[in-house]
Amino acid sequence: MHLPAWRFGKPYESLERETLVHFMTGEPIAEVSQVGGAIVGRDLQKAAQARAALLAIDAEEIVERLQTAGNLYAHGTLTIGDAQQTPDDFVKQQSATTGLPESLSRANMQKNLFVLSNMDRMLDALSRGLDPAIFWKGYGVEHRGVTVSYQAQSPVLGLVLPSNSPGVHTLWLPVIALGVGLVMKPGSQEPWTPYRMAAAMVEAGIPAEAIGLYPGATDVGAGILAACGRSMIFGSAKTVEQYRGNPRVQVHGPGFSKIILGDDCVDDWEDHLDMMAESVAINSGRGCINASAIYASRHTKAIAEALAARLGPIDVKPPQDPEAKLAAFTIPGAAKAIWGQIEGHLKAPGVTHATEPYGPRFVEGERCGWLRPTVAHCATPEPEIAKAEYMFPFVSVVECPQAKMLEAIGPTLVCSAITDDDAFQRHLIDATHIDRLNLGPIPTTKLDWLQPHEGNIIDFLYRSRALQVSEAVGAHH
Amino acid sequence: MTTLSSPSVPAPVFEVASDTAVRTARERLDAHTVETVAWHFHETTGCPFWLDYAKSLKFDPLTEVRSFDDLKKFPPFEDEWLRGGPVRRWVPKGMADQPAFVFETGGTTGIPKSRYNSRDFRTDYEMFSETLPEEYFPKGANWLMLGPSGPRRLRLSIEHLAQHRGGICFCVDLDPRWVIKLIQKGWMEHLEAYKQHCIDQAITILEAGHDIRCMFTTPKLLESLALALEKKGTTIGKVGITGIFSGGTEFTPQWTRFAVDELLDGAFMTPTYGNTLMGLAASRPVVPADGYTIAYYAPQPRAVIEVVDFDNPDEVVPYGGTGRVRLTTLTKETFIPGFLERDEGERELPYVKYPWDGISGVRPFRALAATTTVGVY
Repeated sequence: MHLPAWRFGKPYESLERETLVHFMTGEPIAEVSQVGGAIVGRDLQKAAQARAALLAIDAEEIVERLQTAGNLYAHGTLTIGDAQQTPDDFVKQQSATTGLPESLSRANMQKNLFVLSNMDRMLDALSRGLDPAIFWKGYGVEHRGVTVSYQAQSPVLGLVLPSNSPGVHTLWLPVIALGVGLVMKPGSQEPWTPYRMAAAMVEAGIPAEAIGLYPGATDVGAGILAACGRSMIFGSAKTVEQYRGNPRVQVHGPGFSKIILGDDCVDDWEDHLDMMAESVAINSGRGCINASAIYASRHTKAIAEALAARLGPIDVKPPQDPEAKLAAFTIPGAAKAIWGQIEGHLKAPGVTHATEPYGPRFVEGERCGWLRPTVAHCATPEPEIAKAEYMFPFVSVVECPQAKMLEAIGPTLVCSAITDDDAFQRHLIDATHIDRLNLGPIPTTKLDWLQPHEGNIIDFLYRSRALQVSEAVGAHH
Repeated sequence: MTTLSSPSVPAPVFEVASDTAVRTARERLDAHTVETVAWHFHETTGCPFWLDYAKSLKFDPLTEVRSFDDLKKFPPFEDEWLRGGPVRRWVPKGMADQPAFVFETGGTTGIPKSRYNSRDFRTDYEMFSETLPEEYFPKGANWLMLGPSGPRRLRLSIEHLAQHRGGICFCVDLDPRWVIKLIQKGWMEHLEAYKQHCIDQAITILEAGHDIRCMFTTPKLLESLALALEKKGTTIGKVGITGIFSGGTEFTPQWTRFAVDELLDGAFMTPTYGNTLMGLAASRPVVPADGYTIAYYAPQPRAVIEVVDFDNPDEVVPYGGTGRVRLTTLTKETFIPGFLERDEGERELPYVKYPWDGISGVRPFRALAATTTVGVY
């Protein structure tokens, strides 16, 4: 199977190809054409055509076609490169090259289907009820009778996608519905979702000229970021730092999501054990929305021990096993290196390893490695491990007085705060370093799709500005 | 010598050199080797470094080097010897009255490697000039040098090439050490801005009525220049460029195909492989029928490229086989026997115009390139 680059509707077979292999057997799964950054730069000179192709179709029609695309993506047989792909093939291929259990791959597929199927509702919620035609025309009259204008900041959104989190794709699904084209550099191990999604969209009638797929090395990413007026990149804390303050780039890095137990509720911690376990371990702990720390002022030892008893026994299972919960680290040596780092942190004063009684955490495979769920207890927020986040079910249970919690937690993508204390809730609502706030025992991983995630995509792609129309001009319309 | 016919190698699409031509070239190389060694190790002509080094050798280079293969008697050349001074230790006594240049490689951090030069860079580029097709690199045409300058020899060399061909060379300044620092610091916006700064200057010169038809540039700058011109509604061909010579390990078949198909607008491009130590290796014509294979041939007998076994650098790999680049420089100014380069590639059959071994698929040596970065995200 060969996946060519997709240059706004034109397949392009490169002379250079990467072979993707099965993470356990090494068996070749697909060849992916590799292009250079200049191809992207050249094609993006015509980026305006991508948006023009979308705007030629009615806004509501686009949403309907996306809903059809969702169905095709989840249930159809689609032409991907030079092969036919059923949903089952997709799951097996994605699992084979990323190390993700097939059950998690299926679950992510359902998530993407849900978002596409509910695109009309999502757009309505994200735009606070704007008529979608306003994004097409650039301005219009709101239901209050006021003229509003939304100006597209880029005809396309550039995406530098990761290999290790198929869950992130929901973030870019609404883009086409906003009349903005897509230019994607797929993750090197995970071209599957972007390719299948693009095929489903085109099959459903989304103009092929609105979508570009450019697999390749890092210079493709650099080419995308340099040439797109708006881009999203997924990366490490270092990547986040590199693009901080750059209005053209939205960086999605580690989330450092947390659960906080207020002093008024902490004595009932046992009631929330399910919610805590789910927040840490669902989707193999790979998401930025998975909790990496739990803060409480007391009972922390007991919480750590109870979570360890729940998560510690989870073991590696074959990827086809419906009970498999752990994804493999497919980069040779990665799991071992990460475990080495964690072991170092676990030796720090005030830190205890709660999952130690449940056997070794690092499991070595022939060509890959796994890390089993790990729970650390920190007597104070000081140790390094209290601020760590890893790509597997990992959590630090941190003892910290409530009055110091908000200062101690640091940047937090999702914070689930279990408290009924009005004053504490007020502080949480005002804390600007918390992005998404859940009040009450809601798992950090449970997303309300009708609410924005890490910055409203509409605010990123569009600028709300003033536009006045004289009556004379208005009369022509 | 290894036989030219190997059953595992598919029939080449280029004209392979005859056995006689290969033999004659080899005899010339052997004779040149003996002559060069005699010069560098003779009390009256050699440089202080080699004369001193000879004392530690278990053989006498003056009598015991009778062919190119005899250079294997020398221990591997260590490029660390080239770092730091005094640079005069590399100047042959026989050249003491000639003007001396020093050219540097590396140097982003620490002490750069330096090579003494007097006339070699001119000779190398005059020889290379013979390989340039007149149709695309017309004599008398003016040149643009859009590439690394500073302590590198490239700028002076290109300027000499232009002059040698009867033209005048326009130059745009580019500091590659700063570019590397920008990348290391992750200052990608600055990197873009610096690139843009260079491209802006190039376009200004190209549009200023200087009748520039030939150009040296790097693949990355060529991309940026072509895209910037396209943005202005013009092309490399339309601004008058007919011939480009370029170099670097980014020169892959895919990149070349993309450049020919989409960037050059009819201009001819010839890739080269070279560095301060070796000089300049020309390429066989790059054609689609050959899968855009980029094969380089060193300017023998002044420099020799061998593709050698990764574990045993004294053994050349079979044709089509992969190995590390081993470089030998044999000029009156510089003697460098068996230097293991930081590149690898495939051994190529002798070509009719260059009847000795070539190399294709040049890329950074895997053992040095594999700086394992464990990306957590």
